[in-house]
Amino acid sequence: MTRPAVTVERALWWGPGLVILVALLLGPLLFTDFYLSQVITKALWLGIAAASLIFLAAYVGMISLGQVGLYGIAGFTMANLVQADGGSPAAWNPWLATLGGIVVCVGVGLFFGAIASRSYGIYFLMITLAFGVITYYFFAQVTQLSGFGGVNNVDRPDIVSNPVTDPANLFYIALGVSAAVYLLVRYLVRTPFGLALQGIRDDPSRMRALGYNVPLLRMLAFGLGALIASFAGILSVWWNTRISPGSIDLTRTIDVLVIAVIGGLFRLEGAWIGALVFTVLDNWTRGIDLIGQRFNTVIGAIFLVIVLLSPGGLMGIWQSVTDSVGRLFSRKPPTPPPLRPETRPAGESPQTS
Amino acid sequence: MSEAAAAADLGWRRRFATLPPLTIAVRVLVCAVVAFVLAWVGYKAAGDPRIFITVGLNGLTLAGLYFVVASGFTLIFGLMRVVNMAHGSLYMLAGFFAFELQERLTGGEATSAFGTSEAGLGDWIIPLIVACAAVGLIGLVMQQVFLRWNQGQDLRQALITIAISIIIADQSLAHFGGIAESIAEPDIFPESVSLHVYGLSYPFFRIFVLLVAIAVGLALWAMIQRTRFGMVVRAGVDDRQMVSALGINIQLVFAVAFLIGAGLAGLGGVLGGTMISVDKANDTQYLLISLIVVIIGGMGSLAGAAIGALALGLVDAFGDVYLPAGYQNYSVLLTFALLVLVLAVRPLGLFGRPA
Repeated sequence: MTRPAVTVERALWWGPGLVILVALLLGPLLFTDFYLSQVITKALWLGIAAASLIFLAAYVGMISLGQVGLYGIAGFTMANLVQADGGSPAAWNPWLATLGGIVVCVGVGLFFGAIASRSYGIYFLMITLAFGVITYYFFAQVTQLSGFGGVNNVDRPDIVSNPVTDPANLFYIALGVSAAVYLLVRYLVRTPFGLALQGIRDDPSRMRALGYNVPLLRMLAFGLGALIASFAGILSVWWNTRISPGSIDLTRTIDVLVIAVIGGLFRLEGAWIGALVFTVLDNWTRGIDLIGQRFNTVIGAIFLVIVLLSPGGLMGIWQSVTDSVGRLFSRKPPTPPPLRPETRPAGESPQTS
Repeated sequence: MSEAAAAADLGWRRRFATLPPLTIAVRVLVCAVVAFVLAWVGYKAAGDPRIFITVGLNGLTLAGLYFVVASGFTLIFGLMRVVNMAHGSLYMLAGFFAFELQERLTGGEATSAFGTSEAGLGDWIIPLIVACAAVGLIGLVMQQVFLRWNQGQDLRQALITIAISIIIADQSLAHFGGIAESIAEPDIFPESVSLHVYGLSYPFFRIFVLLVAIAVGLALWAMIQRTRFGMVVRAGVDDRQMVSALGINIQLVFAVAFLIGAGLAGLGGVLGGTMISVDKANDTQYLLISLIVVIIGGMGSLAGAAIGALALGLVDAFGDVYLPAGYQNYSVLLTFALLVLVLAVRPLGLFGRPA
């Protein structure tokens, strides 16, 4: 049975997507400089960080809480290689330092992946969380690289210009990188490598029986996640012009997880949607006196409600909306919902010894 | 499994020879690293035995504290497969509760101008009991209200406890502030005890923490191995559905285990708040410690938690002192190395079993 090229469901996915994309492309005309920089651009790089988490969760079945630690490694490496205050600035060319940050981050990511790749499910989550928190303590303690004050006044490539007075450049860079990450992941999951990863997500032992080197593939996938996270780390340094251990602490790790869950852990688009909701809320609760400006209490409560009511996040809610609207129009029997990893009963999470 | 049984029939030498070369290389490397570390510690110990004894005791007492906290974490995980990400938050809350209550009881004069304690035994015991009970109840409410209905969805449960930990962290910052506080120990405790070697003396309260940890370990062991409740817990770890099919109220067992597990975080919080201090960073710190202890020891294993706490406590204490001068702020890398060494050889931890 072939499906028509244009269905109501598809229109409901692509329509709003295109509207958002066009609105973003015209961003500098629509928003004030402050809003563009502090909300939209921030949402774009936070979205990339969340995308690295969602890529691993949705296509490889690895929920990693180490992504913020990894993006911190990229950011700190870059900040230490260029001219800056604090740390041990080596005064490299900013572009070379950016490349260095990405390379170091991917290397560390592959090493983390090699250790954690034989663990599954909640064990994997705990091990990567431990890696992330250790990275935070490392940079907080080692004054040669950062110390508690972090690295300030980091030199950036000229093209970034000043993110406060002239935010459009960095906005378009973040938008371009976001689009590149999105297209890269969408392309990769259709390649044999991506299909093998999805096979591992669904049944690691069967994939091993078919002759795939499961730990190696998981390690490579984690390295890829580190690559995506490193883009977020570099952009965060360009945006902040500084990086400190406070930018990669447990609160920030949880923030990125919250973004991924609000957006929807099993759809890549959700990363940027969740990030946008997060930064808009952040900006809004700072502006008004809401129960003593306890932003984290508000975000925690929203997070709790979303986890309890709709584990699919906003994308999950939109999915059910499009499904029911689509059904109204087509009178087709409803298709069974796709099996998501989280709906698996406990005790069946695959384990290897 | 039959493969494993066949391998068990071979001698260890033959079995070792059947391993892939990479695995052998990793194990040889791990052994070499462990041997080097032991040799380094031995060399430093021979150089100054007084420091070795004091630092060793620091490590042991720290391990005691870590064990008390992590045993609660591992008890909850072992039985319910719930990774309680709010465990560190419960630890921190108990410390703040006990501190506040002690302040009220002593009228803010628990510590004299000379830094010595003026808190009576009751001024320490009552906050301890109240804080443990309060935190245990918070844990119980958390389990009954949020976790019970999501039994078996381990990721969702972890996310729920993360959400709760965000709220606890924010609210405790609002109520207790961000300043590190210290709970005064009971004034009837001696300040320090003599060790009768090299004329050394050592803080009594730290020894007391170690004794409490041993008592907690023995009590948990006795409860799990010798009582009917423990029998149900052990059966529940292996097969929850079968246990409830046998007519046992597994939900009641879960509730009690959560109460005890959260209460142990509370006990750790009060002990740690007296031995070291309590501040707003404790939630992250003790969540990491609990995670590392149970990852090293193996999830759900009490013996594993003891070994893991011992390893982490000793590495923390010796790492701060025995690293070469100028590199001592890299000590967190040792914690990471410990984690890597164990996971390289045993992905499920030292005492871990496949779920």
